[in-house]
Amino acid sequence: MVDPRISVISHRLSGISRIIAVSSGKGGVGKSMVATTLALTLAKSGYRVGLFDIDFTSPSTHIILGAQNVQPKEEKGLVPPTVHGLEYMSLIYFVGDNPAPLRGADVSNALIELLTVTQWGTLDFLVIDMPPGIGDAILDLVRLIKRIEFLIVTTPSLLAFETVKKQVALLCELKMPIIGVVENMKMDKAKGITGETGKLGLVYLGEIPFDPQVEDAIGDVAKLLNTAVGKKIRQIADSVILAKKRAP
Amino acid sequence: MHEWALAEAILTSAKQIAEQEKLKEVTEVTIKVGELQQVEPPILRFALSQMKSDIFKSAKFRILKAKSTLKCRVCGTAWQFNFKKLDKATAEAIHFVPEVAHTYIKCPKCGSPDFEIVCGRGVWLQDIKGAK
Repeated sequence: MVDPRISVISHRLSGISRIIAVSSGKGGVGKSMVATTLALTLAKSGYRVGLFDIDFTSPSTHIILGAQNVQPKEEKGLVPPTVHGLEYMSLIYFVGDNPAPLRGADVSNALIELLTVTQWGTLDFLVIDMPPGIGDAILDLVRLIKRIEFLIVTTPSLLAFETVKKQVALLCELKMPIIGVVENMKMDKAKGITGETGKLGLVYLGEIPFDPQVEDAIGDVAKLLNTAVGKKIRQIADSVILAKKRAP
Repeated sequence: MHEWALAEAILTSAKQIAEQEKLKEVTEVTIKVGELQQVEPPILRFALSQMKSDIFKSAKFRILKAKSTLKCRVCGTAWQFNFKKLDKATAEAIHFVPEVAHTYIKCPKCGSPDFEIVCGRGVWLQDIKGAK
């Protein structure tokens, strides 16, 4: 027996110019915040942008966006609703606030199902908010979306960067393009991550300061884009747009 | 309709297999539909008939239903869930993404959501017949 779903995924994504996975080997580094703010920034710059939250067991982009009372439309598949200018897809539409206790194989199956049935249409960017780690999600995306690019998020902690190094080694082995590294929650002027990123031969896309105001901006995108984090991600977004030329 | 997206996947996959097997014409496609996803065979059949082209022009689509068996990973209980017990919103959520069953369905013996979907999850392409 053959699973027919995989054969149609590249066709479903054919109207999207660039697909960017915001990822990190480590949890708690701010991937969802970076992914959501990056997507909002690109949309505000006039690009057609989708945001796909594939952190199925711990989704949070809907909270950052303040997305409420929205559902995909059923039209030869599922058409994501537009939330603050983003075509937004998340498992949250199907589980609400309830836990989704999924094992690896279930995560893969849910991802394949959503890639099969989601009608993204034409987009300039699809930003994917990844779960932490270098397991099922990364391996599935690499397998299913051949032209995916990775944007890696770390904190200044060498503990976080240690897992980033493993992630980079894996992505290099798989010959996947890496746009660069974002250093999030920066609290001092230390240059450790800049140097370490250079040693890996990667582009250091910039640092995002630790900003206590961000917590108050959760659910309020206008406020979020005006925080120090939002302003810094605006600069990083410019590098992401230009990075097109660097991706193989 | 969600079934249209699945129908497109079935035709795309069947076409790839037909090309590999050098079939000039496909006469029959057998599809297995798992009970868990609650795909409506009449809607799927209609979508397939509307979307089929070139080598599928005279193809018949056999749609077989497969019972869904779930098995608890904690206590080992295997059971067939009665989907008629689900409310409409929950049934629809599982229809779109069968894995969200882990959110709504629990083992009838120990109450765990940690179960395996042994069979009858979603849509499978079982067989293709045709002429070379």
